[in-house]
Amino acid sequence: MGSTNSTLLKIPNVEVLMQETGFSPAHIIRLHDRFKALDKEGRGHLCPHDFGAIKELAMNPIGDRIIGAFFSPGKETVDFHTFVKILAHFRPVDKDRPKEPNSPEPINSRSNKLKFAFQLYDQDKDGKISRDELLQVLRAMLGMQVTDEQLESIADRTIQEADLDRDDAISFEEFRKSLEKINIDHKMSIRFLR
Amino acid sequence: MAFLQQFALLLALLIIFSTSCKTAMLEVDSAEVGLNYSLKSSAIENISTSTNDSTGGHGSSTITTLPIVIWKWHHVETPYLVALWILTCWLCKLVAELNHNITSVIPESGLLIMMGFILGGIVWGADKAQTFKLIPVNFFYYLLPQIVLDASYCMPNKLFFSNLGAILVHAVIGTCWNAGTVGIALWGCYEGGAMGNLNIGLLQFLLFGALMSAVDPVAVIAVFEEVHVNEVLYILVFGESLLNDGVTVVLYNVFDAFVSLGGPKINAAEIIKGIISFFVVSFGGSFLGVVFAVLISMLTRVTKNVQVIEAGFIIVLGYLSYLTAEMLSLSAILSITFCGVCCQKYITANMDEKSVTTLRYVLKVMANGSETMIFVFLGLSAIDQNIWVWNTGFILLTILFIVIFRFMGVFFLNWLLNQSRLIPIDLTDQFVMGYGGLRGAVAYGLAASLDEKKIPEKNLMLGTTLIVVYFTVILQGITMKPLVQWLKVKRAAHSDLKLIEKLNNRAFDHILSAVEDICGRIGDNWWTRGWNRFEENYISWLLMKPKARKNRDYLFSIFHKLNLEDAVNYVSEGERQGSLAFIRSDEVANVDFKKQFGSEFTDVMPDIMVNMSNYELGIENFSVTSIVKDTIPSVSLDIHGKDRKNAADDINAHHLLQQHLYRSRKNHRHKFSRSHFSINQSEDEVQEIFQRTMRSRLESFKSAKMGVNPAKKITKHHKKDLTHKMANGHPDGTDHLYGDEVDSAVGSETGAIRGTFMRDTYTVRAGIENPVFLPAMDSPTHSSLPWLMETDAVAPSQRAQWRLPWTPNRLRRLAPMRVSTCSTDSFLMADLEEHEEKPQTDHEEEIRPVFD
Repeated sequence: MGSTNSTLLKIPNVEVLMQETGFSPAHIIRLHDRFKALDKEGRGHLCPHDFGAIKELAMNPIGDRIIGAFFSPGKETVDFHTFVKILAHFRPVDKDRPKEPNSPEPINSRSNKLKFAFQLYDQDKDGKISRDELLQVLRAMLGMQVTDEQLESIADRTIQEADLDRDDAISFEEFRKSLEKINIDHKMSIRFLR
Repeated sequence: MAFLQQFALLLALLIIFSTSCKTAMLEVDSAEVGLNYSLKSSAIENISTSTNDSTGGHGSSTITTLPIVIWKWHHVETPYLVALWILTCWLCKLVAELNHNITSVIPESGLLIMMGFILGGIVWGADKAQTFKLIPVNFFYYLLPQIVLDASYCMPNKLFFSNLGAILVHAVIGTCWNAGTVGIALWGCYEGGAMGNLNIGLLQFLLFGALMSAVDPVAVIAVFEEVHVNEVLYILVFGESLLNDGVTVVLYNVFDAFVSLGGPKINAAEIIKGIISFFVVSFGGSFLGVVFAVLISMLTRVTKNVQVIEAGFIIVLGYLSYLTAEMLSLSAILSITFCGVCCQKYITANMDEKSVTTLRYVLKVMANGSETMIFVFLGLSAIDQNIWVWNTGFILLTILFIVIFRFMGVFFLNWLLNQSRLIPIDLTDQFVMGYGGLRGAVAYGLAASLDEKKIPEKNLMLGTTLIVVYFTVILQGITMKPLVQWLKVKRAAHSDLKLIEKLNNRAFDHILSAVEDICGRIGDNWWTRGWNRFEENYISWLLMKPKARKNRDYLFSIFHKLNLEDAVNYVSEGERQGSLAFIRSDEVANVDFKKQFGSEFTDVMPDIMVNMSNYELGIENFSVTSIVKDTIPSVSLDIHGKDRKNAADDINAHHLLQQHLYRSRKNHRHKFSRSHFSINQSEDEVQEIFQRTMRSRLESFKSAKMGVNPAKKITKHHKKDLTHKMANGHPDGTDHLYGDEVDSAVGSETGAIRGTFMRDTYTVRAGIENPVFLPAMDSPTHSSLPWLMETDAVAPSQRAQWRLPWTPNRLRRLAPMRVSTCSTDSFLMADLEEHEEKPQTDHEEEIRPVFD
């Protein structure tokens, strides 16, 4: 425990971080180690190219979008706090934890998980997934297997399914509604972050 | 059809009856088939005497005169009885399903068992002995394999493999736990004196425990499918019951060997050998199944030329995997299970869509059929005084222990699993899992195959097994549904297939694996992705056709499936509405499919209509393109409505009508493409009127049997028509379909008018014969789906009659309609025929049935 505490003490505001994210000290330390490993130059923050160095991530069709999600608009770096907060989206929901009535919505709530997914599509941050944005994602994920026309009809159909107000785009509200039946807690959680 | 042969073969092999059955039994049987009990007693006498006579005559080698007809009962006895029993059992199912109020309370499996009691009683009454019963060989070789194959082939693969860990834990550890504890606890009670004096030792009790631990997939599916629990719970119970059977049989064999070996000879070495054999048999069986799955998948790569029997290969090879495993004394059930689970994906990709459907249905027929027989015979076998050795202590304690230890095992293992599960199995689900431990035919089959020499109390065990089966299947089956409701177990969310959900599932997978990479730890998604990559690069290359490989993207296939679904709904809805145009409008989609997806996809995207047209026109071997080229929008609506003098007026009227029809239909379509298809009744009145008149016309012509010409004639006619057309040299190259002679005649005179008319209204349709058409259609408005497109919105009504007349069944429907258009108020065409028929004498014979 001694070493644990000493590592924890090196991280500023660790209590607040744990409070906000719900991570246990062990998780924080693990993530801190990982953070330091990614931060090869030891600047105390990560740049997009640090993420780009992860080999597997480079092969991920929507990897660059996910990397982009770590950086708030206009910023070129991400510090440890933001890093952990973003990863906290993927912490499984724990049912046993007592809910404090006036506590803010936890980061790993259903709608926050959905928001994370939504912003991966919504690259221009206008609160809507336009047809073009959807097409880009589709093209990335389906790759070469499908022709452009097919991609377009798939995109059209997808928008049609979700689009309630007929504006040819999917707002977050529509996005949430269309995925109502999916168990987001299940799909957007990683076991080892529990 | 390959499956028919296959099925016939299996039926012939189904020897359900003990070999020495009396001919009189046949009569009991057939009496039951008709459920005609009163006839029975008298009929038996008659038939049995007559059969005796005939068998005597048949047996004698010397004949005095040439017999005209001989009674050859013994020639057909066995297959005949088999077929009759199959029929009887299936009729039982029919009777059981008659009233849904009963099946909603008592599960079908329970009802079938009860019917088995009745049948058994009848057999008993007639024969004073139980001549028919389920014997283990038949059960394990002819009834069980197809059930397991069907269950594994239809297994939701992803769900199964993502829960495989939990399933294996329950199936292996849980089963061993059940077998061990039930056996030991019973032995303890026996030693304590709870059962009186029995000739059973510890090993026999363990053997009994092993066979009692088989949770029966058949019973479980039958009950759980009616309850609709959530999918994780379903796959846990179902997967467990499936794999558990294999494990049980292995365990049973090990203990059986121990029993034959005898207590004193068992030492540590033998026990270790037993454990090793357990693993070798289970994993060897599974491995053999995978090998067969690879074989099947590779075989389906090259079966393109024998598509008719493609589906049969899977059944035969699946069965062979079962028998091979049996031959090598590996676990046959595990072998066929893994065979079905593993090959499913690749054969679906490799085989033609029709073969896939065929296979699915054949498997369903076979599995449901034998399932029905199993339950009936489980009931039937009970009516046998030989097996009933009553021992209250033994029976009650067995029931008590299997329930208690099942619950204990399930709760403990789930607690263990929940330590690491992302979504823990909650307590109610665990309870249902425990309660869902239904015993069934596997336990009975194993009990029946006990060796009486080694186990003196075999009949007690058999009877107890039967009681346990009845207890679990009937009692637990009945109480399952109320229990699930009472515990508020999460039900399966019934959801329509949605593209956006699938799309996002894909996105979530990518996100999760990316986050795992960022965290730098190996998680579940890492393994999934690694496997997917491996499969894509190597396994698919080996097992899939190159073409299937190219186009097997999951999202795309979902899209394809949705499109097909829409098209089918669309057509059926149209037909329900009685509107002819709807029958047609799928062809719009058809054309659009081709256009949208490019020619290279037409073969993998089997748009229904092209296939169907190929199929139906097979008589004359018309290629699709030739049809497309030949047909021309000689739409009867306007043509019939044309008189030479006021042709222009009629064109106008028709035009008006078309406009209205077109609009209302457009509305229709728009709604249709939503996943919930509903029709706005308050829409354009014109359509309603149109439909009403159409329907009344149909009614009035229903009696007149018109247009039932055989297809061949029609095609011939079509050819003739072609030549006729050539001779006439129609300027617009109109091809006259069956019903359109009328218009062709008009056409020669009003050809010019019509030509222009067609050019403006029929642009889309007329393009079909024109090669230039495709490019013209090829500028899709991408903002909407094929059937929503504005460009061809006009088409369905125009196309309302092209190509229909070739298929006889369509003709039947069409002919009255067409005539009706001739004779109705709106078109004033009743007197037109006499003008029209004269120039077309060569068609008279075809026309005749229509007009008389």
